[in-house]
Amino acid sequence: MHVPDGFLDLATSAGTAAVAVGGLALALRGGRRELDDRLAPLAGVTAVFVFAGQMINFPVGAGTSGHMIGGALAALLVGPWTATLCLSVVLIVQALLFSDGGITALGTNITLMALVSVWTAWGAYLVLSRLLPRRLSVVPWVAFVAGFVSVPAAAVAFTGLYALGGQAPIPLDSLLTVMLGWHAVIGLGEAVITALIVGSVLAVRPDLVRAAQPYLERQRLEIREGSPA
Amino acid sequence: MSSVTDTQTRVERRSRRLVVLAVVLVSLVLAVGVSSFASAHPDGLEYVAAQLGFEDTAGDHATAGSPVADYEATGVEDARLSTGLAGLLGVAVTAAVAFALFWALRRRA
Repeated sequence: MHVPDGFLDLATSAGTAAVAVGGLALALRGGRRELDDRLAPLAGVTAVFVFAGQMINFPVGAGTSGHMIGGALAALLVGPWTATLCLSVVLIVQALLFSDGGITALGTNITLMALVSVWTAWGAYLVLSRLLPRRLSVVPWVAFVAGFVSVPAAAVAFTGLYALGGQAPIPLDSLLTVMLGWHAVIGLGEAVITALIVGSVLAVRPDLVRAAQPYLERQRLEIREGSPA
Repeated sequence: MSSVTDTQTRVERRSRRLVVLAVVLVSLVLAVGVSSFASAHPDGLEYVAAQLGFEDTAGDHATAGSPVADYEATGVEDARLSTGLAGLLGVAVTAAVAFALFWALRRRA
């Protein structure tokens, strides 16, 4: 999914750079609300895991491969604002150090993966957690769906950007079809990985999974003073 | 009573550290060990670009001269070692940047 330099024209790249900067500014404010002493180290290792996970390309048939994006995973583990920052850190390190994703395309890649995939996943989580029963056991399934939709969403967004500023005259309907086709398959991989890891952390420390918080809130024990009635 | 709470907090903190450590270990195994076994096929976007004939519009990368460009440590002959070293560096840099950012950003108790 990492867009190289040159796929999109400079005007579109400048536009996505502006979107990325705006998104990052909001995420720096939102992340402050999500993070405390307890969660800051977890957010750090989430970024590390996303970097490592993105190195692992898995085959998706016919000479193609895909790797996890990690946007859904990060959003469900540490919250959407912090996830936006996690993905952005990874994308910046990849572009600057590993020439993975172009420099002028950095705004595009942040927009696609740190914004579109993270927030699509979070949106799916919000909708599903309202629709499904309030049981902790549904959270890995919600993670599965959130992981799945996050990948084709980014593929559709890329096609939209290509319609605005693609550098080659490509029929957009066929671009949309093949982008969606491959990224639906890659999305299945993302779904499995997201569900497995969210499920694992949930089994050990459910209190450390941001998406599990509404399921854990119970009535607190209260000690009342005064004589019994 | 406060000693009970203290013990609880200490146990919680210790198991939180274990979770953090476990994730770092898994990440190292993936980035250093497993990465060189990853599929070398083009990813979804690269494949589509080749299929529809717009892959050549990609420009040369500005940081192609980086010592770990394309996840290969230059000068290291062994391919697995080369990718593994690049992965190790990536984990270290990502950890340094992310931990510093999130630690600075956190709400103070």
